[in-house]
Parts: sequence; C-alpha cells; structure tokens
Amino acid sequence: MACIEARGLRKSFGTTVALDGVNFSVAEGRILGMIGPNGAGKTTALNAILGLTPYQGELRVLGRNPWTERDQLMRDVCFISDVAILPRWIKVSQALDYVAGVHPHFDRAKAESFLARTTIGRDRKVKHLSKGMVAQLHLALVMAIDAKLLVLDEPTLGLDLLYRKQFYDSLLNDYFDRNRTIVVTTHQVDELQNVLTDVMFMDRGRIVLDCSMEEIESRYVELTVQPAQLAAARALKPIHERNVLGRSIMLFDRADRPQLSALGEMRTPGIADLFVAVVGDHAGEAKGAKV
Amino acid sequence: MNTPNVAMPGASLSSQASVPRTISYAQSFYWSVRRELWENRLVYAAPLAAAAIFLGSFVISTINLRYRMHGVWPVDTGSQHQAFTLPFELSAALIMGIALVVGIFYSLDTLYGERRDRSILFWKSMPVSDLTTVLSKLAIPLVIIPVLSFAIALVTQFIMLLLASTVLLGSGANIAALWTQQSFLRFSLELFYHMLTVHGLWYAPLYAWLLLVSVTAPRAPFVWAVLPPFMVWAVEGMAFRTSHFFNLMKVRLTGPPDPEMTMTGKADFMSMLIPHHFFDQPGLWIGLAVAAVFVAATIQIRRYRGPI
Repeated sequence: MACIEARGLRKSFGTTVALDGVNFSVAEGRILGMIGPNGAGKTTALNAILGLTPYQGELRVLGRNPWTERDQLMRDVCFISDVAILPRWIKVSQALDYVAGVHPHFDRAKAESFLARTTIGRDRKVKHLSKGMVAQLHLALVMAIDAKLLVLDEPTLGLDLLYRKQFYDSLLNDYFDRNRTIVVTTHQVDELQNVLTDVMFMDRGRIVLDCSMEEIESRYVELTVQPAQLAAARALKPIHERNVLGRSIMLFDRADRPQLSALGEMRTPGIADLFVAVVGDHAGEAKGAKV
Repeated sequence: MNTPNVAMPGASLSSQASVPRTISYAQSFYWSVRRELWENRLVYAAPLAAAAIFLGSFVISTINLRYRMHGVWPVDTGSQHQAFTLPFELSAALIMGIALVVGIFYSLDTLYGERRDRSILFWKSMPVSDLTTVLSKLAIPLVIIPVLSFAIALVTQFIMLLLASTVLLGSGANIAALWTQQSFLRFSLELFYHMLTVHGLWYAPLYAWLLLVSVTAPRAPFVWAVLPPFMVWAVEGMAFRTSHFFNLMKVRLTGPPDPEMTMTGKADFMSMLIPHHFFDQPGLWIGLAVAAVFVAATIQIRRYRGPI
C-alpha cells in the first residue's frame, strides 16, 4: 500500500501558486528527500500531508484524508518541523507526561532510555536547553512513538555538524525499519545522500524529478573530463557543465558509459550537483535559492 | 544520542511494539488542561499571592483593632460591620477580581502565544483535535480559575476567622459572636453562587470573544480585543446618538442585574440561591449563544488557518 498518494495536489495563496497540481506516491518503507529552493512548495506539500492546511486535489495519507482526519492521522504520523517548535516553557518531564497522556502509541520507557544517553536533565526547561539538546529531546519523543510515517521539515536547521550526524545516525540505526516511511526536507542535501532511498526535486510548485537512488545511480554520471577530451565530451550533450580547479566536470543523463570512460573519470553525482544540473540552470527565477 | 550505535537497553525499537493503548476523550482533555496549568502558573499563583498579601494586612489590622477597642466589643452593628464583615467581603472581592484579570489575560494570550512561539506545530503534531484544545483553553477561565479562586477565598476566610479569634482571645471580645455573625457557611454559599453564575456563565461571551481575538489577531491581541467594541460604540454614538451598545457592555462587565437588589436595596440572599431569577434573564441566554458562536469560530479558525 502506498503510504502517501497525491493526485493533482494544488494549493495557492492568493495569486501565488505554491503547489501546481502535483502527482506523487510514496511507498511504505521508503525514505524520501524533498529537495528544492525556498518557496518550491516543499513545506506546503508537507503541511497538506500533515493536515495542517486545506488543499485542492486528492491526497490520501495512510488511507486517510489528512485534512478531515488530522487528529486520528496523528496517531500514526510523527512530525518534527524544526527544532524551534517545542514550547519553551515546558519541562522535560512535563513533555514526557503530556505525550504519554495524549498519544496512544507512545512508549515512555523508550523515550526515557533514549534521554538517558544524553545529558538532558528531567527538570530542565526547553528554554534552558541548547539547540542541539532540544533536537535530541524532540527526537527522543518522536522515536518513542510507534508511528508509520515520520515527517521531518528541516529537522537539523541550525544544528552543528556533530548533532546533525547524530540526528540521522539515531534515526537510521534506532528508528528506521522497512515498515516505517520517512519524508524529509532539508538544505543540507549531501548529508542525506546515503540516508535516502528516493529523491524528489521541486521547483516553483512542480516536481522536477522524482526517482529512487538506484535510478539516479544508473541514470546519471558525473565525468571529470580530461582537458584534451573536452570537445569530445561536449559532443555527447552533457546536461550540465561546471569548472572546479580548472577541470571541467560534466553531468550526463542516460549516457553511454563505455564511451564516457575513455574521456575521463566517472562517478555518481552528488545530490546537490544533480539538483543544480536539473533544476538550477533553468530555474533562473529562483535566484539566491539555497540548495 | 552520544553513542548512537549502541542498542538501547531493554528497548528494541522495532515497530512490533506494545499494543497501542486507547486514549479517551476525557483523558486527552485532562492532559490538555494540565498542560495549560503548567504553562500558566499565574492561574493559581496570582490568587494565592493576593490571599497571602491580604492575610498579612489583616493580621496587622486585627492587632491594631485589639489595641484600639480596649477590650470593648463594638456593640453597634455599623462598627461590627466595619471591623469584621468588611474584611471578609474585601478578601473575596480581591481574589475574585484578581481571578477576572488573570482570566482575561490568559484568554487573550493563549492562542496568540502558541502561534507567536510556533509551538502550535508541536501541539498539532499530537493526536488532539482543535475542538479538545479550544475547549480545554475555554475551561481555564470558565471553570478552573473560578473554582480555584473560590477554594482559595474560602480557605483565606477560614484562616482570617482563626487569626481574628487568636488575636482577640483574652481581649474580652466575644469570639463566639465572631463565628456566628460571620456566618461562614452563608458567605461561602453566596460566593459559590457568584462564582457559578457570574464567572462561569455571565462572563462566558467575554472570554469566548477574547479567545476568538487570540486566535485571529496578527499581533497585539489586546488592541484587537478592545478596538472593535470601541468602534461600535463610537459609530453608534455618532450615527444614532444612542448608547445601547455601551450599556450592553456595561451590564456584561458589571455582572447580571439583580432584581432583588434594585427593589429592596439589599439582596435577599436566599432568593438569590434560587436559580429562578438568574436563569430567567434573556441576557444570560443571549450571552451564552454569542459565546457558543465565538467558540465555534475559534475552533474553525485554529483548524483552517495556516500553521503559522
């Protein structure tokens, strides 16, 4: 069964179209990265999935209509938007009490044992915790919920490198299994390269690319071209070319690999480079967009 | 998280976890109210502080009284009232007044604050409906604050009686009279009735309006709460040279008109206890209907509005 099924999903704010009738489907057990510049429609799509915003078109999440059934849906869906949203006044112990009080799938012992590995005291208030600790606390709460779908919207925004790595390590090692589905948006794309099973590139309310990581590996090739072979490589119509330290690096879509291997060094492109190649150039309007 | 590769002791995080519990509506309502009390400690701290300050000044005034009256029990009812009944009424009035102020500020801030600090995203990530959330927030000024203030006022008055008895002991004052004249039970019944009718029912549209402002105001909810009624009053005054709206607001804020009070000049307390008079007033029912509309709108807006 598809975990998320969207058909003609559309949402506009006044004259601004945030989602322009997109179709996508996320199967159970996948880890999907939604990648796009600011204003691409990622957060709008997530808000629709979470039942936080009304939309046009058809959308089923775990077989439910998220807009009309948000409170029931939230029994099986967890959600970390970014680290700032835990209420600042709440004590760690109160957060545990509250979630245990209202969430049928929350296992307090799991959350406690996760917190025991951190230095977070039970009597501390969220406003007295560091940003990294707040993320740890939120992750502890969420990982102790036996949910089917976990939605992460910029979960590691503002965290330092160490916390970011720990965040994804914990998620993968202690939480993820083949029955759960994770949808994540982030600007730190390269850190997610080995985590994701699927990627979806979005730009100005549309889906530009939607495929699995295996597909990316088989389809796209990045070639560091030998200077002498520049003309020959360009003749094979790379979808993107850039210069790094005086060497030309080209990206090819569905190219003939044996032919390419004669022209330089081949490797699988990074998601960020692929994003720039697929979206960046013809998305000239999205100036200043971070990837 | 420090050692992410170490398996968790005693907790396998596979998805075949324990059988999910069921959370009843009452349970999620209970925890929603509790979390309001965690966040807003003023709800009980303010009336408690008022009670403590009042008790402190009461002790001083009672000691003064003992020196002033030189062991002579005031005989005329006027000075008895001055010395004893008045402080009791004052203590109740002070605590109930504080309760009203706390209720107003709570209602005005609660749904605005969760949007301001974006914690609404956390609350909405929990399986709690907007209906439950808004009703639990409404219960704070309508039920929790009046009940707490009533209890605090009751205990305060009991302590006042004990204090007065202790201070006046051996002064020749008639302590038994203190307890009988004070009619502790009668006064607390009166107070309970006031709490139930005025704070619980009469003020319902006031609190519901403040919640509605709190959920809609882009910023400065206080201005949004006060400005529209002020505009209506000004427009009505200029256009029709009448002040019906102002009178309506005045009656709403000063409490329900008491027919007994206006007829005899003094309320017959026992007749007040009969709900007949109060519940006969159309103003009460119109007010409750208005409150219901405001609350329904608040629930819808919290649901429909974008997350931030």
